Amino acid sequence: MTPTIDPLILLLASIFTSNILLSNFLGMCSFISISKDLKAAHGLGLAVIVVMTITSIINWAVYNHILVFFELEYLRYIVFIIVIAAVVQMLEMLIERISPALYMGLGIFLPLITVNCAILGVSLFLQIRNYSIEQSAVYGFGSGAGWWLAILALAAIRKKVDAAPVPAGLKGPGITLIIIGLMAMAFMGFSGMLNVQ
Amino acid sequence: MVGKLLTISKENLWTNNPIFIQILGICSALAVTNNLINTTIMSAGLIFVTGFSNLTVSLLKHIIPRKVRMIIQTLIIAFYVIIVDLILRAFLPDISRALGPYIGLIITNCIIMGRAEAFAGSHPPLISLWDGLTSGAGYMGVLMLIAFIRELLGYGSIFGMPVILEGKLFGLWLIFPEGFQGWIIMLMPPSAFFLLGIFIWIAKTIMLKHKDKS
Repeated sequence: MTPTIDPLILLLASIFTSNILLSNFLGMCSFISISKDLKAAHGLGLAVIVVMTITSIINWAVYNHILVFFELEYLRYIVFIIVIAAVVQMLEMLIERISPALYMGLGIFLPLITVNCAILGVSLFLQIRNYSIEQSAVYGFGSGAGWWLAILALAAIRKKVDAAPVPAGLKGPGITLIIIGLMAMAFMGFSGMLNVQ
Repeated sequence: MVGKLLTISKENLWTNNPIFIQILGICSALAVTNNLINTTIMSAGLIFVTGFSNLTVSLLKHIIPRKVRMIIQTLIIAFYVIIVDLILRAFLPDISRALGPYIGLIITNCIIMGRAEAFAGSHPPLISLWDGLTSGAGYMGVLMLIAFIRELLGYGSIFGMPVILEGKLFGLWLIFPEGFQGWIIMLMPPSAFFLLGIFIWIAKTIMLKHKDKS
């Protein structure tokens, strides 16, 4: 059963109300380590948007047309992760060939993305929620955009916090988690607007 | 041998705890912790996967070509995750549904990959198995602590058993004369971030003091 959700609403919901990072906790590892630097955060965020959109479309097609057809649904974890690894690898080669400048900016972040749980999470969510192909594409793009927004905001805040007198034990990951908590609370303010899960 | 096992246990449970110190694998740590039952099942699954993928990687370390080791390790991990997923679906269908995608996301949990890469690739099989199991246990300890606080304050229960009845703790001490009202924020995402942040703070402060002394 495909849920009937307007793609525009789904887009807004995946960026704001159910932000993949702040409400589903996905992609935290690279989120914390990369957010020290604003420029790197921006590069990684863009790479996540691209990879998430492409992999959600491909994984939708692979799951609904190949795995379901051969009744191999239980293999989806292995298949999804291979698709993601392959897409990342190909994208890396493609970008290197087409635009060396873009490769310098984006390419170094691509290998990190294979192990970013947000990417696999999006593929699993759209399969569990039975999204259609358009919904999957919109959801993939929106989740990527939400992740980009969140990491950019965190990187900007961390720049300010660097200069603040933080207790020694709280420095680094401790204070970062508390900032993320405050951001999650701020994003909760959107939650009454749309009801999409 | 026993001494080495003890050192590994101490490292994985405390001085090099995957969550407090290495900040690895916290995605799932936060998502499932508003409920102790789900947390227990999830961490048990993770301990199983970490232990056995470490064992397998260690057994195969001379056969796997270095260049493709990452993808092979991922496939080994995915294999064990599928086993966990199928077992949960067969025996605990409700919990399997509640955990949703987070069981599948054990695959990308950086703890497992990290242990396979940092330990199992260069140590004998049985020690690697032990290292995987204790790393998983270190992860479980932190998760259970967070889940305990979130469930107690959010639902007023422990393992789904209500402990605050008619405003009385264990039905004995009256602590909420007006009746207990669940602390909603404890069930929502932000509290997980706050609690983990505070726990890391406490753990680090203790360790810094320890370092000063020695």
